[in-house]
Amino acid sequence: MAEPPVSRPGRRDGAWSRRILIGIVLAWVAVLVLFPLLALVRGAWREGLGAALAALREPTARQAFALTFWITLAAVVVNTIGGVLLALVLVRQRFFGKLLLEGIVDLPFSVSPVVAGFMFLVLFGPHGWLGRWFEAGGIRIVYAVPGMALATIFVTLPFVAREVVPVFRECGLEQEEAARTLGANGWQAFWRVTLPSVRWGLAYGVTLTVARALGEFGAVLVVSGSIIGRTQTATLHIHQEYTDFHYAGAFAASLALACVSFVLLAAMELAQKRARDSRA
Amino acid sequence: MTARTFALRAWRRPPWAPPASGGPYWSALLLRAIALGYVGLFVVLPLVALCGRAFAPGPAAVWASLCRPEALFSLWLTVRLAAIMIVINIVMGTLTAWVLVRHTFPGRGLVNALIDLPFAIPTIVTGLMLVVLYGPQGAIGTFLSARGIEIIYAKPGIVLALLFVTLPFVVRAVQPVLMDLDPDMEEAAATLGASRWTVFRRVLLPSLLPAILTGAALSFSRALGEFGSVIMVAGNIPLRTQTAPVYIYGEIESDNPAGALAVSVALLAGSLAVLVALHLLQRLGRRRDG
Repeated sequence: MAEPPVSRPGRRDGAWSRRILIGIVLAWVAVLVLFPLLALVRGAWREGLGAALAALREPTARQAFALTFWITLAAVVVNTIGGVLLALVLVRQRFFGKLLLEGIVDLPFSVSPVVAGFMFLVLFGPHGWLGRWFEAGGIRIVYAVPGMALATIFVTLPFVAREVVPVFRECGLEQEEAARTLGANGWQAFWRVTLPSVRWGLAYGVTLTVARALGEFGAVLVVSGSIIGRTQTATLHIHQEYTDFHYAGAFAASLALACVSFVLLAAMELAQKRARDSRA
Repeated sequence: MTARTFALRAWRRPPWAPPASGGPYWSALLLRAIALGYVGLFVVLPLVALCGRAFAPGPAAVWASLCRPEALFSLWLTVRLAAIMIVINIVMGTLTAWVLVRHTFPGRGLVNALIDLPFAIPTIVTGLMLVVLYGPQGAIGTFLSARGIEIIYAKPGIVLALLFVTLPFVVRAVQPVLMDLDPDMEEAAATLGASRWTVFRRVLLPSLLPAILTGAALSFSRALGEFGSVIMVAGNIPLRTQTAPVYIYGEIESDNPAGALAVSVALLAGSLAVLVALHLLQRLGRRRDG
């Protein structure tokens, strides 16, 4: 675990005020984060390891986790390609309306997940602008997997673009131009020079995208109709199990997702550290 | 033709290069079109569809659905609880950043890592965790409810959930600024006879304020829309614990799109206003620095 550097140990602070401040912060983090986390682990433990594993092996649970995997994959692929292209355009091109575009990219962060899901319900619903066409063609978007993927892409759209833009801005054009004077064509320069120079920033953005896509609940709930075994992701499955009083299932699935979160958190720390080091 | 101009001709610009003075190349235009199409399709079109549908029956109808007591209450409750969260978050977030930057203590690495956890953990799991610990059957919840304090299925639970999901914002905004701050200024002030409180108020706070406000605005905007953790801890009691996102969800479920649309637009306008205010504040700060 990366220890952040101490800018200066509190020399002037008296020993007691120092201890009190540290105590307050430790208590705060414990009450808010650590104790709830331990309570979840204890809850799953009390139901028994066998029960937890059995709950995870239920077909509805397995389907839910599989669906979460595919939707996350879709969001990562679309937003990685789109986000890198978008970052290139935002950093290297100048055109009318660019500032507005920059603002719009950040918009999904400030839209409530429920409203995000609702937007796609309105657009692709049976009476929606696009929904009418798709309905006529016999393609279901809402209350089906495509709508859930669209909503997840919306809520995770800013991450990659936001993390890659500052790195593109910093690394500039010199290396790429050097590669091109040495005879590389445009694509070679992009794949061999430009993309590797932003890889840790990109990795951080992708990790954030995965974390948010795995955990998305509100947007997916609204757009999916939460049909058991068909349009339930892992988070919807947890909600279902909890409202059905199947606490063992809810605890087991929550703990499984929390474990994935810890792996992602470690990946985030690593990517962020590497991004900082490569910039320094 | 000299060798130099020939070399320049042969050197075709890659599509992501900045446009030359002679105007953009078709490949740069194509790239721009893809980027605009990506944002337009996934962000702008759904937003426009929602607003278009909301205002289709006319502003009077929107106003009428907004003025239903449940709708008004949910919006007011959301703003009020987010405001309480912000006050606690500003104090505790700044203090946490301060302690993490200026002090070493056992468990510092763990605390630093736990701060980021809310970014990684699904909100529904957050809600479940809080219910398990502070709920009526929870380890701390039973102790508190025996003394007449209800947290879960009441407003304190919602504030707790909001505090959890917004934990990183203020800390992570203040931490790097505090790290770059020169302690010599504080020491100079202290040598000149300023008390510790005066040093904080007159030396530290002015440099930290922009970062604190940025973190606070991001927390507020996030808190207005928070759903997953809130629906678990709030219990969805109309006119008591129903926040705006929970109300919208209820209206969609009970097939009343008009009510959901009106509150959605109000919520969107609210968080947009917060973001625009933040943007203006940051520009103002930059102008003053520059």
